[in-house]
Amino acid sequence: MSAGVLFDVPGPRARARNRIITVVASLLLLGLAALFVWRMNAKGQWAGELWNPFLKGQIWRNFILPGLKNTLGAAAVATVLALIFGALFGIGRLSDHWWIRVPCGVIVEFFRAMPLLIMIFLAFFLPNKISPVIAESSFGTLQRVLVDNFFSIFGVEINAGTVTVPAFAAVVFGLVMYNGSVFAEIVRAGINAVPKGQAEAGYAIGLRKSGVLLRILLPQAVTVMMPAIVAQIVVLLKDTAIGVIIAYPELLKQAFREIPPNFHNNILQAGIVVGAIYIALNLAISRLAVWLERRSRGSRRTAAPTMGAGGAPPAPGMSATGTATGAD
Amino acid sequence: MSLSDLLDFGPFFDNIDAILRGFWATIRLAALAGVFSLVIGTVLASLRVSPVPVLRAAGTGYVNIVRNTPLTLVLIMCSLGLNDTLGLTFSDDSGTTYYWWAVLGLSGYTGAFVCEALRSGINTVPIGQAEAARSIGLTFSQSLRMVILPQAFRAVIAPLGSVFIAMIKNTTVATAASYSEVVTEMKTLLDLPSFTSGAIPLFLGVAAGFLILVLPTGYFFGWLAKRTAVAR
Repeated sequence: MSAGVLFDVPGPRARARNRIITVVASLLLLGLAALFVWRMNAKGQWAGELWNPFLKGQIWRNFILPGLKNTLGAAAVATVLALIFGALFGIGRLSDHWWIRVPCGVIVEFFRAMPLLIMIFLAFFLPNKISPVIAESSFGTLQRVLVDNFFSIFGVEINAGTVTVPAFAAVVFGLVMYNGSVFAEIVRAGINAVPKGQAEAGYAIGLRKSGVLLRILLPQAVTVMMPAIVAQIVVLLKDTAIGVIIAYPELLKQAFREIPPNFHNNILQAGIVVGAIYIALNLAISRLAVWLERRSRGSRRTAAPTMGAGGAPPAPGMSATGTATGAD
Repeated sequence: MSLSDLLDFGPFFDNIDAILRGFWATIRLAALAGVFSLVIGTVLASLRVSPVPVLRAAGTGYVNIVRNTPLTLVLIMCSLGLNDTLGLTFSDDSGTTYYWWAVLGLSGYTGAFVCEALRSGINTVPIGQAEAARSIGLTFSQSLRMVILPQAFRAVIAPLGSVFIAMIKNTTVATAASYSEVVTEMKTLLDLPSFTSGAIPLFLGVAAGFLILVLPTGYFFGWLAKRTAVAR
């Protein structure tokens, strides 16, 4: 934090002024809160039957916990697949061969520029729309064999030539493509952040390209990448909530589409409870990111002091807090 | 129907009006949310470095809550919660009021990320700058306004660019909050039983539309970052 150097230790006048600002700001915040409470009251939103459902174990067992399980399940599967995707394409972009480097770059840049929702829609609607046409063509058999033997792992079904992709697979597909591309950039930046001399020393002692990559560059890059990867996992976990749009039964869908119709339309209350769950989950993961960042940059020094707390600024794209770009 | 019909752009161009209307709604949302989130982010960053503890706590609390909540939840709470349930409407026309709630929700969410980017920019300003500003007698708000923030902004143009690109892509989520934009139009077309063969051209067209929106934004911020970089 930089607050310490931005202002002097307050003198008597500054202290008086700060006290006035404190009072005014507190009144403003309290006023906002009071306005909210009053408005909730005017609309009868404090009624017990709207809040009570969240105190019952049954509601948690039947709606919220299964939703949480689906959210965490999609996030876990997507994280693993996205990390594999990211490692392959990130290393691919650093390849010496243009016919590997260029396609990897195009794919990564394309999926980074696409909204996640469009990718989820692509996986959810497109196979269903085009598969009947393919089934009639000469590729019909190939389509059936592919779906039966490979895509069925992800729950994809084929029925009389029409392919149905379950919401889970569509959500995971979107998350893997988008976050995998982000991981690819993290991997690329992480490997580039390793000092050049390391690779040169590797070649000098006779290692090949694969040896330099696997034994010299990657092990050092992983420690730099860790905080950025964990920060991206928070983004991924938040993004599973987009699944509500295609009715994947995750936490948000359970809270907004299943509970309110049964309990006097208690949308606000459900939103507040579920929001608290998301915040707690993400804060726990962020804690981990901060801890990892502190651990991984312990031994480095800067040349000139900046307004930061000291320690080297993280490599571009490597900070757990600085470069998070939202639900991207 | 044969395979070549799958690439027939006829149905796509028959509905080009609806798709362009959707993109126009997306651009309207992104443009206003961009301006508002910049304002909200700057205010939040100033709060978080201010000398008054209450303001600092308010800024930190807001950023921590909003940054850790999924955007879908934020937008649905704005439209279903604040607008429908609490009746806090902007106008009697439902299209207008959902538009403004989508703008507010998206800028409130993006603002938290702008604030964090700016704060990391403040951290790159050399200590001597702040000390010099204090020693010539500038107050906190003067030194922030005239010395620290201008340099901080120049340092974070590239990260701000990625925040804005993420924001443009995030406009698609507004479809969950009853705001009708390009994804809503797309879903309507896909749900039409008559729209059988146009699915691939539709996806290609919408993807191209987003590339047209996102890539120039990226190049613009890259160019701006290079142009305004602080030489140290």
